[in-house]
Amino acid sequence: MATIKELSRKPELLTGGHRLCAGCGASIAVRQVLLGANDQVIAGSATGCLEVSTTPYPFSAWKIPFIHNAFENSAATISGVEAAYNALKRRGKIEKKMKFVAFGGDGGTYDIGLQSLSGAMERGHDMVYVCYDNGAYMNTGIQRSGSTPFGAATTTSPAGKVRPGKPQQRKDLTQIIAAHNIPYVAQASISHWKDLVKKAEKAFSVEGPAFLNVMAPCPRGWRTPNEITIEISKISVQTGFWPLYEVEDGEWKLNFKPKELKPITDFLKPQGRFRHLFKPGNEHLLETAQAEIDKNWSWLKKRCGVE
Amino acid sequence: MAIRVAYTGNGACAQAMRQVEPHMVAAYPITPQTEVVEEFAKFVADGKVKTKFLPVESEHSAMSACIGGVAAGGRVMTTTASQGLAYMWEMLYIASGLRLPIVMGVANRALSAPINIHGDHSDTMGARDSGWVQLYCKTVQEVYDTLIQAVRIAEHDEVRLPVMVCYDGFSVSHSLMDLEVLAEEQVKGFVGRFTPRYPLLDIANPVTYGPLALYDFYFEYRRQQVEAMATAERAVREIAEEYASLSGRRYSAVEAYRLDNAEVALVSLGSTASTIEYAVDRLRDEGVAAGALRIRTFRPFPKDAIREALEPLKAVAVMDRSESLSGWGGPVGIEVKAAFYETEARPLLLDVVYGLGGRDVGVDDVREVFGELKKATDAGKMSDPVYYLSLRE
Repeated sequence: MATIKELSRKPELLTGGHRLCAGCGASIAVRQVLLGANDQVIAGSATGCLEVSTTPYPFSAWKIPFIHNAFENSAATISGVEAAYNALKRRGKIEKKMKFVAFGGDGGTYDIGLQSLSGAMERGHDMVYVCYDNGAYMNTGIQRSGSTPFGAATTTSPAGKVRPGKPQQRKDLTQIIAAHNIPYVAQASISHWKDLVKKAEKAFSVEGPAFLNVMAPCPRGWRTPNEITIEISKISVQTGFWPLYEVEDGEWKLNFKPKELKPITDFLKPQGRFRHLFKPGNEHLLETAQAEIDKNWSWLKKRCGVE
Repeated sequence: MAIRVAYTGNGACAQAMRQVEPHMVAAYPITPQTEVVEEFAKFVADGKVKTKFLPVESEHSAMSACIGGVAAGGRVMTTTASQGLAYMWEMLYIASGLRLPIVMGVANRALSAPINIHGDHSDTMGARDSGWVQLYCKTVQEVYDTLIQAVRIAEHDEVRLPVMVCYDGFSVSHSLMDLEVLAEEQVKGFVGRFTPRYPLLDIANPVTYGPLALYDFYFEYRRQQVEAMATAERAVREIAEEYASLSGRRYSAVEAYRLDNAEVALVSLGSTASTIEYAVDRLRDEGVAAGALRIRTFRPFPKDAIREALEPLKAVAVMDRSESLSGWGGPVGIEVKAAFYETEARPLLLDVVYGLGGRDVGVDDVREVFGELKKATDAGKMSDPVYYLSLRE
């Protein structure tokens, strides 16, 4: 992998001047992912913050070819682009090597776009799918998603008098995609840029489908100060909320192994969306959150052969 | 050289697709279109086409992949029916809004509920305002001919709109008819090479597809689609002429049958026109001044041609194979009536809703409608503006 000095000399494929919020994890995720590409890249995005903020007509922040189609079909759309590329290549109309990447938030990936993603992965397109996961539908104003953590207050899982935020646990999308037995699946975080760029490089280099699930906090939805985006991402990894691991040709590998996980409250406490969990009488909710982390961590360690 | 063969409507659709040999086909099987996908998959498996075939997991992804494929710079085609078209609905508007020349065969079928697999026009009529050119075919021959012409219409430099080629489920999709098939090089020569506009794969000139356009630009996008649709009327005509010189078969936006000196006529879309024409011949033998008009191009709507053809008549029944559920009949009837708003003279107009869910329409049914027109001309008015044919009430 390139050194940070070399990476800093690579051209920015998503330029500045777009309209994403200060402290947004999405654009950081996209830039780090694109640093991992060594061939010409064609990108697509699902409807969402990333798409609306980077393409307000007549402007575009994309220095590479880019397509937005709709909300739930970023994977299917890029699969079509890739298929047309291969068809044109087969007929000798194109020679240059190109790689294809589809971006989507957790709304467009865990929920409404899951079928489209599953289909594209199963069909074996040579494409990378990247989920920038901020744990809710942030573009429409912070509504719960299948990735919203237990207990989080969103506008559709508010912390009310009788309901303390989202009652359900998150679904594990990375494992769902790993179950497609594609060449490369990984979970990464923008706080661990070296790990992320390396994973992106692997994802782009395999022949066939690859999937990256990237922790990308949203200060608006998480109720965190803009300047702690990277710090809170790091804590998500250190607490085991967002383990860094990869599944390469069926081999599971844990990429970050702390001796001991930090307590989940370190992750929850700085975020306004979990404030109600710290009220007296809600201790059992914090215990439930911790128990879930412990269970998943122990399962993942076992799966990765780490004791 | 052209050869005579026998195919079903689906078979003709698949053969036309094989001869056009697009770069990509993304499709999902659904009754009554399934055979098209099966046959095309076989062409791919046997190496008869170089087309990249995407057996996607849904119609939504079929249209999404087609949008990606054509934006990339490939010629793409798909087919569907009924619920599949309904499932694609969101993407239909994006295909036309992005001005992407996609060609899609639709084996018309009723929409649920109740679930029904047979032919009516509920599916494509639901998509009539989606910005697609819509052509309705009468015969298996026409399915084949229209699919080939549709490629040129969609890719016409001043049109660049997606095109739907509609044919009745079962009565055309599954009916074996003999037809004349062009030689492959004739078809390839006619459709020519696809010249994409602003392809994504032109990496030296990167473009952004599908941007956000709000009140400052959105309206202008739509207005340009209106212009493109108006141009499509001319393109359909010119390409039909060119195709006529190649094949000897001439098609137009509307097709009149024995309308000269006619007093009463039936207007229809699709295969029902054959039954109506048969009935017209019998009625003419009996001295009734009957005629028929078939609307082949429903989008763009050929209002001038319809007015011109029907204006001199005393009474006209518009055969609607779908219900708009608006409280005053089917979409074709409503639009034909609207076409006469500005004319001074107009025939009495009866909207006939018929054949829903595949209910058969025979010669006697058509005679019944002509009987209604006679009653109306005798009375000088329509007793009821909407007539439900062959319905238990």
